[in-house]
Amino acid sequence: MNSQSAFAQAVLDPELPCPTGLTTWNGSDPATRFAVYRNNVTVSLIDALADSYPVVQQLVGEAFFRAMAKVFALANPPRSPVMANYGHGFAEFVATFPPARSVPYLADVARLEMARVQAYHAADVPPIDTGTLHDALAQPEQLMGLNLVLHPSVQVLMSPFAVYSLWAAHQGALCISSVAVDVAQAVLVFRHGLDVQTLELSKGTALFVSQLLCHASLLEATGAASDLDTDFDLSQTLGLVLRWQLITHINTGVQAHEHTH
Amino acid sequence: MSLELRHTGAGVARRASQSSGLRVGPAMTGKPLASTLPVRAGVGLKPEHFQDVLADGPNIGFFEVHAENYMVAGGPFHHYLTLIRERYPLSIHGVGLSIGADALLDTTHLNALAVLLNRYQPQSFSEHLAWSTHGETFLNDLLPLPYNTATLQRVCDHIDQVQTHLKRRMLLENPATYVEFAASTWEEGAFLSELVRRTGCGLLLDVNNVYVSSVNHQRDARAAICALPLAQVGEIHLAGFAEQTDGNGAPLLIDSHGAPVARPVWDLYAYTLGLTGPKPTLLERDNDIPAWPVLLAEAGLADQQLCALMPAEEVTA
Repeated sequence: MNSQSAFAQAVLDPELPCPTGLTTWNGSDPATRFAVYRNNVTVSLIDALADSYPVVQQLVGEAFFRAMAKVFALANPPRSPVMANYGHGFAEFVATFPPARSVPYLADVARLEMARVQAYHAADVPPIDTGTLHDALAQPEQLMGLNLVLHPSVQVLMSPFAVYSLWAAHQGALCISSVAVDVAQAVLVFRHGLDVQTLELSKGTALFVSQLLCHASLLEATGAASDLDTDFDLSQTLGLVLRWQLITHINTGVQAHEHTH
Repeated sequence: MSLELRHTGAGVARRASQSSGLRVGPAMTGKPLASTLPVRAGVGLKPEHFQDVLADGPNIGFFEVHAENYMVAGGPFHHYLTLIRERYPLSIHGVGLSIGADALLDTTHLNALAVLLNRYQPQSFSEHLAWSTHGETFLNDLLPLPYNTATLQRVCDHIDQVQTHLKRRMLLENPATYVEFAASTWEEGAFLSELVRRTGCGLLLDVNNVYVSSVNHQRDARAAICALPLAQVGEIHLAGFAEQTDGNGAPLLIDSHGAPVARPVWDLYAYTLGLTGPKPTLLERDNDIPAWPVLLAEAGLADQQLCALMPAEEVTA
């Protein structure tokens, strides 16, 4: 094992002794000085997670969050120097972290927060030009066979918990004590201009948008949404999609068919 | 600083600038300068300050960003950096290339750097004499390496590869360190001088790092400055440190970037400018980030020192 391997392993594992071959001018124990590197790495990773998951931290408190984040970080250090991507897998870790078992909704709140981080940094793609959109809307029968391509920031999260209300309560939008956590909720996350938007969706609309993200045609997405939710309203849902300028392209039915299969 | 000392220093700087053209390594002969930043104070650009900067249009020399923070597809970071780049010179400062690693450089990362540099056309690109990746793991800190013949060759090879790939000269930053290695056979200043001589890269002289390492390893900070390849300084960094103690209770300074520049670092900066002449100088602040006017005022302190050393006709700002 080379010296950087030993150094890297000891940085990530507080149980390991300080690597050999380190010296100090005054003969002091190099372990005290090596601990600075260990601390820098650990604290910077915990801080990165705290930046990405502020509501998770508020739900469990700073001390619990940082202890949990430390366990995750030491076992799952970044795989890339691009730290904006760090923390994928944190929600899955939270879901199986035994001390967090009493907060079963925590993992879905983490998923929502990661979706917001991804939406913030997602590619810049302009909305479809209004001429093309109007032409398509003028031929509704043809339109139903096509796939609407949504902005790369668009994500849908469906949870058995009141994940939107939990998140909104931590933005000051409603009182946390009024949140019934066991109510299933669906959330739409996207970036509009420079701002990440987080909206609650009905389950039908959530499935509809999910279907579009999976390259289904408008007809297929509408069918699936109506099957799940008898209250699904296509014109209302399209109104939402148009109001927030979520459509970037319209694929022909042939292309949509290829993607679906 | 005495007048006599400054005078002596100016002489060193003149000799240094005369020799600079001859010291470029063979691979980089004819390549553009390592840094064309203006000789002013600059500030590290933080997302917290995007809107302040655009609203105020501060009179500041340049901004610096960490390359890896902008390796994202789109969104506000690129939006604001594009607007700010239209108004100010830019330094792109990498923290993830791991030039000191005993492994191949990550060509995916090099390609991402090339894309970023092409997009923003910065006046300077810099990286660290340190390593931060091991295998598939990124450790998110600048880790130290021993200074010996083997590491010298490896780092030279990596810098050659970076400069060839990016088609430009880079600046290499001296590190702040907390331990030394039994395997080291070179002093840090001599090691950096040899790296610069062989590769033709420039030096990003972090004065705070020199001070921190000098305290941590009981070195003379001024002697440590003098041992560096001062003729090739393309940029200076200033930052704040935190104070701890080692296992014997001796002072151990941490390069925290989380405090104002300390008095002894300002003094060492003045001493350094006496040797190098005025150089583009960045105020680095990455933690406990204060309000924009506070950072701007701190940059003003560096600008004052730079202006005092500039020939009268060049002081226009």
